[in-house]
Amino acid sequence: MKRIYSVIVENQSGVLSRIANLFSARGYNIESLSVAPINEEGLSRMTIVTEGNEQVLEQIGKQLNKLIDVIKVIQFGEEPFVEREMALIKMHTDMNSRAEVLRIVDIFRGKVVDVSHDSYTIEVTGDSTKIDAILSLLEPLGIKELARTGKVAMIREKKR
Amino acid sequence: MKLKGAEIFIESLKKEGVKHLFGIPGGAIIDLHDALYQQNDIEFILTRHEQAAVHMADGYARATGKPGVALVTSGPGATNTLTGLATAYMDSIPVIVFTGQVPTALIGNDAFQEADIVGMSRPCTKYNFLVKDVKDLAYIIKKAFYIATTGRPGPVLIDFPKDVQVAKAEFKYPESIHIRGYNPTYHGNPRQIKKVAKAIASAKKPLLYVGGGAIISGAHEEIYKLAKKLQIPVFTTLMGIGAFPEDDELSLGMAGMHGTYRANMAIQYCDLLISIGARFDDRVTGKVSEFAPYAKVVHIDIDPTSISKNIKVDYPLVGDAKLVLKDMLPLFDEYSSVNWKEVRKPWLDQINKWKNEYKLAYDVETDEIKPQYVIEKLGELTKEEDPIISTEVGQHQMWVAQFYTFRKPRRLLTSGGLGTMGYGFPAGIGAKFGVEDKQVYVIAGDGSFQMNEQELATIVAYNKPVKVIILNNGYLGMVRQWQQLFYGRRYAFTNIEVQPDFVKLAESYGIKARRIRKKEEVEDALKELVAYKGPYLLDAVISREENVYPMVPAGARLNDMLLT
Repeated sequence: MKRIYSVIVENQSGVLSRIANLFSARGYNIESLSVAPINEEGLSRMTIVTEGNEQVLEQIGKQLNKLIDVIKVIQFGEEPFVEREMALIKMHTDMNSRAEVLRIVDIFRGKVVDVSHDSYTIEVTGDSTKIDAILSLLEPLGIKELARTGKVAMIREKKR
Repeated sequence: MKLKGAEIFIESLKKEGVKHLFGIPGGAIIDLHDALYQQNDIEFILTRHEQAAVHMADGYARATGKPGVALVTSGPGATNTLTGLATAYMDSIPVIVFTGQVPTALIGNDAFQEADIVGMSRPCTKYNFLVKDVKDLAYIIKKAFYIATTGRPGPVLIDFPKDVQVAKAEFKYPESIHIRGYNPTYHGNPRQIKKVAKAIASAKKPLLYVGGGAIISGAHEEIYKLAKKLQIPVFTTLMGIGAFPEDDELSLGMAGMHGTYRANMAIQYCDLLISIGARFDDRVTGKVSEFAPYAKVVHIDIDPTSISKNIKVDYPLVGDAKLVLKDMLPLFDEYSSVNWKEVRKPWLDQINKWKNEYKLAYDVETDEIKPQYVIEKLGELTKEEDPIISTEVGQHQMWVAQFYTFRKPRRLLTSGGLGTMGYGFPAGIGAKFGVEDKQVYVIAGDGSFQMNEQELATIVAYNKPVKVIILNNGYLGMVRQWQQLFYGRRYAFTNIEVQPDFVKLAESYGIKARRIRKKEEVEDALKELVAYKGPYLLDAVISREENVYPMVPAGARLNDMLLT
């Protein structure tokens, strides 16, 4: 079972190491991780995707809460939430493939952010299934390089 | 007025009520020792190894309930503390270790005696700090003591660069402290407490499972009241020994791998297991899937991560054991018409049957010295004295747990979680500094004692009458026992017959010592040891291949005990 944890932490040295150690010391694996400061000063948000059975996931949640530098832990599961990741994809392109690459990028509402004689660099955002989908379509056309962020996620506000 | 970092350090420790510091000086910490030398409020105790210094701080903390503090230099001085920190971390002991560090400008340069002790100690401390600016020092020290002593206690390390020790700042010690991400839950949820009280009152075969957390929170009186009022039998873990008087009729002694037959059987047949400050360690549970198969489980613990970690819990209750029980006890008033003795009779009768089926025993006919006999005899001779017993790790540790009758908390110092050989002797010394009016007996194996025997110098230097009893079988006995039982008697590398003459060794430090080989000498030697006014070492040569029984083989069910 996969789970996304959004963890608000004190933004200071050693915090990332404490969190990484929490996972490694217990043999849990981090599938993806993204960290950046949030609007409140001195705090960062870490979004961690991990996998495990119910007991392991419960333990991870508790262990994260136990860390002194952790202010808040949000687990995504029951409630509806928005998740996004971004990918930068550098494509080999030639006369034959350019049009097709652009069509695919257009369908996925991506953007070409850099162009050269024989390459396009594409930016695309979405949930991970969307990113997976565009990658599978672009793959046969010649991916040169790929950089993919970890997930970020947020609970959806209740609709009236 | 501005103070130097070293002076802020001393003033802050005074504010925290620190009277003793254990450690060894060195290049990167010399300014702190220089400042200590020029004052009289805090005594610095010079040890012979940094590991021992941390164990002393740990023993001091366990015996007194106050945090123990160690002070060592950078690099090797700092890395030598890791075993002590891990020991304290596993057993939730408030220890604060200050390590010297190379000047901030040199950190990361592989400078002489530089070690990334903050990185290395991160997994074995509750929290740690690098002091980068002298202005933060007082606040960091306050925070360190607060974190170490509150919630589930644990060790904290402060890494203190040399330039920060001499840099100056205004000294103002913070009155209070608030850490956003750290708010331990002390009071239990009232609704959950009610639910648990109801479950306890309606159980037919309840059983109290008392761990080290009960001692840390000082819940022994409440546990006694609960057990007596509702006639609930009690077993403890190794760490919980002393939280319930072992000579009480409701006491089942210690449970687990080398627990009593009746305690282990009671676990397997109880219908409600009430855990207080324990963590379902594998040495207690045996095979987890067949642990307490008929029981609903109540788990009272201040650390939510302990709950449902190893065993699925039916009634989780997060809070301080003492406060939770204090809130719970009045709820049993509504059952005042119940005759608990009568209600509990079938269950207690069953337990008594188990008690009579198999008792802890040893060969009383032989002329050889049986280790159990030494411990039992020491128990008789020191009953009135109410001393502190510190153990090393191994067979002798289990025999102490089985054969010494503990009646009060904070009387047994032992490395339960990490199982650190070399812990007991320095821990006993540390305890002696904290509890001057109590006698301290260190019970050691010959293997463990050799891991920190250099501290004989420390008890001489400070004239501390610590008494050491070595139960000497010339083996790393617990491992030898496993080899005998499970490895076809292949005693691989456990024979340690080559060893110092412990009597001469002690005498070379000017410590009185004696060796005994026959059972008939035991009583006389122990009387001499108990009565002697200074430090004393007794080398008791015991039956070489004596085993600890009962024994639940690792990974077996609790009812599958080897009895002889």
